Amino acid sequence: MIENKSFSSRLRIVIIYVIVILLGLSCLFPLWNIVAISFSGSAAVTANRVGLLPVDFTLAAYKKILEDSQFWRSFLISVARVVIALAINLILIVLMAYPLTKSSKEFRGRNIYMNLLIFAMLFNGGMIPSFILVKELGLLNTIWALILPGALPIFSVILLMNFFLGIPKSMEEAAIIDGAGPLQVLLKILLPCAKPCLATIALFSVVGSWNDFYSGLIYIQRPKNYPIMTYIQSLNVDIQEMLRSGMNSSALQNITELSNKNLNAAKIVVAVIPLLVIYPILQKYLITGIVMGSVKE
Amino acid sequence: MKKEKKSRRRYSETMYHLMMLPGMFFLILFSYVPMVGILMAFQDFVPAKGLWGSKFVGLKHFIYMFQLPDIAKIVRNTVTIALGKIIIGTFMAIAFSILLNEIRHKFFKKSVQTIVYLPHFLSWVVLASVVVNMFNLDGSVNQILSAVGMEKINFLGSNKTFQPLIIGTDVWKEFGYNSIVYLAAITSIDPGLHEAAAIDGTSWWKRVWHVTLPGMLPIILLMAAMSLTSILSAGFDQIYNLYSPIVYESGDVLDTYVYRIGLVGRQYSFGSAVGLCRSFVGMILLLTANRLTKKLTDRKIF
Repeated sequence: MIENKSFSSRLRIVIIYVIVILLGLSCLFPLWNIVAISFSGSAAVTANRVGLLPVDFTLAAYKKILEDSQFWRSFLISVARVVIALAINLILIVLMAYPLTKSSKEFRGRNIYMNLLIFAMLFNGGMIPSFILVKELGLLNTIWALILPGALPIFSVILLMNFFLGIPKSMEEAAIIDGAGPLQVLLKILLPCAKPCLATIALFSVVGSWNDFYSGLIYIQRPKNYPIMTYIQSLNVDIQEMLRSGMNSSALQNITELSNKNLNAAKIVVAVIPLLVIYPILQKYLITGIVMGSVKE
Repeated sequence: MKKEKKSRRRYSETMYHLMMLPGMFFLILFSYVPMVGILMAFQDFVPAKGLWGSKFVGLKHFIYMFQLPDIAKIVRNTVTIALGKIIIGTFMAIAFSILLNEIRHKFFKKSVQTIVYLPHFLSWVVLASVVVNMFNLDGSVNQILSAVGMEKINFLGSNKTFQPLIIGTDVWKEFGYNSIVYLAAITSIDPGLHEAAAIDGTSWWKRVWHVTLPGMLPIILLMAAMSLTSILSAGFDQIYNLYSPIVYESGDVLDTYVYRIGLVGRQYSFGSAVGLCRSFVGMILLLTANRLTKKLTDRKIF
């Protein structure tokens, strides 16, 4: 392997490192810049003087957030939504995934259920009939409009079903001979084996619920009841309109909203913190999730 | 003994049905009831009259839709943006996984992975602020442009730059995460093949071309077939958070159009008609993708 130490291969390694570092920085810098802005003084932010480090370091934006009742209201709505949605998702998924592992001989009707699930993945009524339904059910402006339409993530049901199918049948059979019924088999034998898969499914649910602004946009018409991401989206709108219409921000300096840029940055940072807290776990399980994701049959 | 077995089987089967029940309830209510609601695409739907009281008008909304000059433009935008994301995104993810695989320094590799996977987990609401902050007229990108003597570009407010911006920022958000699958594919290639090629004195480029890429081919084909399904969804969350009336010309896609015209503009029937066409073509694409994947690899999507 002498040629591996040659000049050209060393050069290659250096170039690879440089490219990878640049790509990494391209992901890090834009996010870090927002953090720096959130800790900077309004004047510096408006003049676009903030780069990697905060300018005129201040906690003013964060102090303001502490007093902002609507922010915390939306934050708590999202927390409640994540918790309730997670519980409902897990219960429905677990209960459904197990019977679906049975053959259509052991469980007559299994294929009908399966086809109903698959067809719902293929085809949907679309945005407007769903909106009318939620409205007719009287769920508009409630937290249930955010939770119930997504109560059954079909992809996760199939993921768990496939995971169950990979567990050796002998374990289940032994329990059945000992007199265990379907529920006992599921709870005592299969679920303990399926922990990594359940973790993946749970994380899909949590990240999806926390990040979702779409349901809030469509089903919540009272800003008071916005979940956190819809709330943040509603903050962005005004400033973005101005910037996009081609006006230079120096011409807008006296518009008060623009000096709110650091306040909004701080709100974004706080809204992302829950995800950063679980990010190490996410990295561990979602990667196994992707590899499981493509069904092998 | 036999009788006992039979009654036990019966009990199990009843339990299975009971276990399916809660999930099926939500499936029927939130997936199948809206499918019935599609009927409104063939009506002049008035919410107060409901689905059974509104007047049926046949294909009126579909005919209107195909006569609208906007529709061709919107479909073109949707497909252009989606294809751009798929092609460039796949290329970037594959390239990045090959580069990352060359890195032996474990801690460095882990740190890079931690950073590049992060944008995937953030909402477009958050990332839209990040993108606006970078690309507006006073943003870092324009500061760099003017520092090197180039003219500033209004990325978010020009129909020339909006599509590239949408494609580019989506590739940026997802390339790290999408590379995970490809990285897994590379590590499963028999290292003996590489060693044999290296002993023969084959250059790195040639080894990538003749060993690594062919080894990844099944996964590349699988992912390509699966991405077929997203051609009609160019990404509502992203575009909704970044577009504005000035860039409707290049940035309006099917989902944003249905939202604006159908839901905000309350043209429920017309919006449903557009939505129905979208769902229908989407279904055909998904079925095609599934068939393709089955043919090309030993896997299938569903």
